[in-house]
Amino acid sequence: MADRPITYREALSSALREEMQRDERVFIMGEEVGVWGGTYAVTRGFLDEFGARRVRDTPISEMVIAGAAVGAAMAGLRPIAEIMTINFAFLALDAIINHAAKVRYMFNGQFTVPLVIRTTTGGGKQLGATHSHAPEVIFAHFPGLYVAVPGTAYDAKGMLKASIRDDNPVLFVEHSTMLQRRSPVPDDPDFLLPIGKSDIKRKGSDVTIVTYQKGLEHSLVAAEELAKEGIEAEIVDLRWLRPLDLEPVFESFKKTNRCVVVEESLPMFNVGAEVAAQIHDVCFDWMDAPVKRVAAMDIPLPYSHEIELMALPSPEKIIRAVKEVV
Amino acid sequence: MAKPNKETLLDWYRQMVLIRRFEERCAELYQQGLIGGFLHLYIGQEATGVGAVAALGPNDHVITAYRDHGIALARGVDPNRAMAEMMGKRTGVSGGKGGSMHLADRALHMWGGYGIVGGHLPLAAGIALKMKYLEEDGVVLALMGDGSTNIGYFHESLNLSAVWDLPVVWLIENNQYGMGTAVERASGAKELIRRAMAYSSEDGSGMKMGPRVDGMDVLAVYDAVSEAAEYARKHGPVLVESLTYRLEGHSMGDPQRYRTKEEVESFVVSGPIGRFRHYLTETYKGVEKALDKLDAEALQTIDDAVEFAKSSDNPTYEDLISHVYVD
Repeated sequence: MADRPITYREALSSALREEMQRDERVFIMGEEVGVWGGTYAVTRGFLDEFGARRVRDTPISEMVIAGAAVGAAMAGLRPIAEIMTINFAFLALDAIINHAAKVRYMFNGQFTVPLVIRTTTGGGKQLGATHSHAPEVIFAHFPGLYVAVPGTAYDAKGMLKASIRDDNPVLFVEHSTMLQRRSPVPDDPDFLLPIGKSDIKRKGSDVTIVTYQKGLEHSLVAAEELAKEGIEAEIVDLRWLRPLDLEPVFESFKKTNRCVVVEESLPMFNVGAEVAAQIHDVCFDWMDAPVKRVAAMDIPLPYSHEIELMALPSPEKIIRAVKEVV
Repeated sequence: MAKPNKETLLDWYRQMVLIRRFEERCAELYQQGLIGGFLHLYIGQEATGVGAVAALGPNDHVITAYRDHGIALARGVDPNRAMAEMMGKRTGVSGGKGGSMHLADRALHMWGGYGIVGGHLPLAAGIALKMKYLEEDGVVLALMGDGSTNIGYFHESLNLSAVWDLPVVWLIENNQYGMGTAVERASGAKELIRRAMAYSSEDGSGMKMGPRVDGMDVLAVYDAVSEAAEYARKHGPVLVESLTYRLEGHSMGDPQRYRTKEEVESFVVSGPIGRFRHYLTETYKGVEKALDKLDAEALQTIDDAVEFAKSSDNPTYEDLISHVYVD
């Protein structure tokens, strides 16, 4: 079947629609998912198509949105709970971490939690400190949960469909500034991408850039600039923070002997720290330079646009970091 | 609502005594170091758990907080497997990985005890949503302590259940103290049942305010929860408050500086098991012998459970690493 360029938003919508058509147990609950059509318009038209039973508007109550979705999943439904932005997921941390991720283990496998929690991440939109995070790495700390971070429309569709069909709880993190990005996506109702597989988004031999989502976008721009100077970057898109698939990173590193990790999260205890530690463990003999990290600055994000962008990763910062290691 | 016959009442008595003996033995085993972690005993609250669970049918569901041994036993969890869980054995209901606070038995629709105060309340709403979604018969009985009525989960879960007309009986086991803090020191509403008003409307929609029942009287609890369950099946959520009393500390090693010995003593005298025994002997002439037999059998059951648990294996490395994910 032909691949058609669609937006990241359309990828999400079509994944949801197809999976709801496929399985009666799949339903959506969250703030403004129904009458409003989703604050990011991902579920526009769903209420008319599927009805109020399967497209359920909730009060502004993140604890019970996440917690009731856990209960419904334990009982045999396949909920897709929407937490409008990841900033509000902090209110639901207990339901997500202590319950979604742990009830299976704690009760020795008596329960499964086939749950997807969709949420949006990212700064750069002048929303101020409390609304501008990319804190998905926090959730990747906990066993029992998967964390998806798709960076293209293609990945968003295949990963969301796979998440909905999987029997484990998935925190599905969408980037709020990437909803209009287009890429070709197979027009196949069974188009699925494997859970926990990273992906080489650009081939190169001089440096390995490990990244995801907004970092991927910046890294692709940076790589084109670097190529003009004869530096070829290989870009590994993690796609999932858990399960974390670093095999392609190790393989690439053994070729390039250099690595820069790019992410929008804060600089301490972040994805870069984990990747660097694992490269040390596995690839010590192949290291020609320290692993560099490009992340947000270690401050809350401000409102004013120029200084907000100053605090976030950019192609320029990536180019600078790469030049430090090559 | 079916009036319980003599056989049923004797079975409730059996359950209450079984729970009491189970808890007493757990306290001993804890002192001996054979049970670890937190241990929250149900002693004093048996009438609430037994009466409430007795009001349910096999297609109904039960979920509770961390003071869960009595609820699990009342729902029919095998005492052997409950005791094995206490001792962290792989034959335990949760494979030794849950412990005292996390007794679940899916086959019995016993969805578990939960260690985070209020954490199970949204789960109860979700289980009820599944029944409504699939148009299944049945209600969820969600038990909670008075302490959990002050946490955000309580508000969000009860409110959502009212908005969505979910078949839940929310049952507050008001044992007078959240850890060491008396209800009136923690709640603006001293009568916790009044919380139901926050989720109900003048036209009668929303949460139904159920009764505030004498939780030391197993018959009264049974009647109240039966009526509430019937309403919940047809219309939506009901809040019921059961006034009970925890005769032991919050957990093991609680110095109980927050209450007097005299206060505790006054509840020992009016304790639920003695009261029910008195009712039975008054109602059924010559029943003492049967009750004595049940007392003896309960002791034997607990002895057997301890033996079973002691002779069971510890979990293995394979158990340690299993069930983190669905493979």
